[in-house]
Amino acid sequence: MATMFAFAESRNGALRKGALEAVTAARQAADATGGGEVHALVAGAPGIETVAETLGRHGADLVLVVAHEGFGRYNPEAVAATVAARISAGGYRAAFFAASAEGRDLAPRVAGALGVAMAADLTGFEIGADTVTVRHPVYTGKVVATLELTGTPAVLSLRPGAVPAAETPRTLKVEAMAPVGDPTASRVVTTDLSPRGAAKLDLGEARIIVAGGRGLKAAEHFSLVEDLAGAFGQAAVGATRAVTDDGWRDPADQIGQTGRIVSPDLYVAVGISGAIQHLAGMRTSRVIVAINRDKDAPIFKIADYGIVGDLFEVVPRLTEAVRQAQGQ
Amino acid sequence: MKIAVLIKRVPDTELRFSIGGDGKSLDQAGLKYDMSDFDGYAAEVALRLKEAAGAGEVVVIGLGPDGVPEILRKALSMGADRAVHLTAAEVPVDGMSVATALAADLVGQGYDLILFGRQATDTGHGTVGAMTAARLGLPCVTAISQLNISGGTGTARRELEGATETVSFPLPAVLTIDEGIARARIPSLKGIMAAKKKPIETRPAQLGPVRLTVKSLELPPERSGGRIVGEGPDAVPELVRLLREEAKAL
Repeated sequence: MATMFAFAESRNGALRKGALEAVTAARQAADATGGGEVHALVAGAPGIETVAETLGRHGADLVLVVAHEGFGRYNPEAVAATVAARISAGGYRAAFFAASAEGRDLAPRVAGALGVAMAADLTGFEIGADTVTVRHPVYTGKVVATLELTGTPAVLSLRPGAVPAAETPRTLKVEAMAPVGDPTASRVVTTDLSPRGAAKLDLGEARIIVAGGRGLKAAEHFSLVEDLAGAFGQAAVGATRAVTDDGWRDPADQIGQTGRIVSPDLYVAVGISGAIQHLAGMRTSRVIVAINRDKDAPIFKIADYGIVGDLFEVVPRLTEAVRQAQGQ
Repeated sequence: MKIAVLIKRVPDTELRFSIGGDGKSLDQAGLKYDMSDFDGYAAEVALRLKEAAGAGEVVVIGLGPDGVPEILRKALSMGADRAVHLTAAEVPVDGMSVATALAADLVGQGYDLILFGRQATDTGHGTVGAMTAARLGLPCVTAISQLNISGGTGTARRELEGATETVSFPLPAVLTIDEGIARARIPSLKGIMAAKKKPIETRPAQLGPVRLTVKSLELPPERSGGRIVGEGPDAVPELVRLLREEAKAL
């Protein structure tokens, strides 16, 4: 029986999807060792305590609430110091983080402060008696590594979606915890947090992604991709590096080795030839559809379904058919 | 301004990989090595800062086996002033072990900025920068996509899921560099010639204990893929049927 720690990421007072995934993973890990406790820590501005109940529903036995005015925006130094202090006092077997932008920043700070090893961006894990065995895609996803971590606690960050959030309600205790050090005295200060593209669905959170490449020929033709995404409903729009480099799309939309790594339920590649760097960012999608003029394009080798043809003819037809299928 | 850039030598990921006989390393046959992509952006950022300031020094540091100096030489030909090779038979996959060695070499050297790539393109953990900062007790900002330095303070932008953060920090600091900030310049012939005369110091890496190790490597299962539903817009109804009935994706 071992106790597990989970960091519950929040933004603007609301939990992120990764928080629920980290708590769910910690619950699974605790259960695998015979049913230990899960302690989740959430930091935010006063009022953040309202999220505790949701963490309890996802398997936390204890929620540590660190509420402070200095935690209204991400405060990496003070959060890392607080989390590290709690982990070193708590006797945890493992500490779980989301491998989100914030989690990938925070977890190595915590491991560094604790002087322990960590494994990042994991797609699977197994807690043994003396070791933790983890799986992690390496070489831009072309190879999968099984790694072994010794030492306690094991600091782990989980690739988004690797452990889907699940509800396993517990009898929840909530404790207030004081920050370690003065959060208003951090050297690194987040001075602004701005949403990008108001209501735009994020690539990491979308069930469906429609992505466009050079085959679209010009920035304005991305409206075809947007229309198709609109027909699907809860869909986000992505792009290849060639396209973001040319300024057709925001760099944040880039999917691939050096951009976002996504794993949606359905990925539709429009006018994308399938350079290895792009495939590295989307090859783990559940269902892949490709539309391309060149029947020899590498994208067709990994696509579940392909249509060879002129995207300017195929995509509008597909948009129309999807609208009908969705009953719009 | 004195800037250190940490550079990792990684296999070129364009190539096809196969697993070596030991089951836990790559088959070296046919592998080519290069500078990790993000480290190239970090080198570019350092060079631009030095150029904008009109003075300063850019030191590139690489840890690993015999092939490392060749990669450092590439950074020197981009314009870095000198290089340090921290020798190790291999680069541990344990970021903390590497961070221990880097911190031991960086401490007390008077760097204003210590730059890393956001993550290496081989092992992809993205932990060494923040861990090195923790060991050095320096402020750290990770995965930055924009940077301004003015006097003793910096401002950086970070891309989050669906949002952008602006972060301010004092120098000296450790930064890890994301995509979008700068593309690595192609070394000029003059730069390549000049690099031949630039010094590369060599000393053994003082690695920390290794507590994360590779147990095995596997190639991911090939996607079956390759199914062409049809040609042109007439194939659309069949695609939609398959998505709905077979893939259950609609």
